[in-house]
Amino acid sequence: MIWVAALIVIMMLVAAVTVLLVQNHIAAVAAASLVSLLLSVLFALLRAPDVAMTEAAVGAGLSSVILALALRRLGLGSVKDA
Amino acid sequence: MMPIEIGTVLYAGAIGLVVIGIAGIVLSHHLFRIILALVIAEAGANLLLVLSGFRWDAIAPIITGGAAAPTMVDPVPQAMVLTSIVIGVGVQALALSLMLRAYGAYKTLDIRELQRRMSADLAGEAGTPLPQSLEEPVGGRPLPAAGGDGR
Repeated sequence: MIWVAALIVIMMLVAAVTVLLVQNHIAAVAAASLVSLLLSVLFALLRAPDVAMTEAAVGAGLSSVILALALRRLGLGSVKDA
Repeated sequence: MMPIEIGTVLYAGAIGLVVIGIAGIVLSHHLFRIILALVIAEAGANLLLVLSGFRWDAIAPIITGGAAAPTMVDPVPQAMVLTSIVIGVGVQALALSLMLRAYGAYKTLDIRELQRRMSADLAGEAGTPLPQSLEEPVGGRPLPAAGGDGR
């Protein structure tokens, strides 16, 4: 069980660093969503199933939609550009 | 060699998320990246709060039937974190709307450029000279006693 938790934590930290280092804004939003998704798995592992459900629905779903809509309104929502 | 406990790994992950988020807030130049770093710091704080009530030899805090309940994890931090997640999304939406307003007014998201244009705008509205940079003073910097900063 500890290896599962350690693997999830490492993936979460790598995704968090990716958010800050990647150039593309859509990729940064996707990495932030990945952080929330892995965090919800970790909450389920920590015996908090209600928090896990809320984190997956609100933190990973709604939050990414809000960020992507803001990016689209800014005109930065292109996938290709650096 | 002493085996690594699971609590140590999880606390390291939570504190690492908070540190990465704060570093992103401090070091980023782009306003959108700062909001993303804020989201990451919030996630780390939520994980830290859930970990504060966690016991490895306990079950989820759900009462099933009338039997004598075995040891449960603390449900109070979980309820708090449940509220905190929703409030975090609200804060994020507010920050994004403010960012959109700033972009609509100044057409840039770089915080240094934004700060320069905002101070220039303020000085133009107030009719005062442009505030000089504290990092690179033009000419010699006057002493506080002789400079007369009250004028």
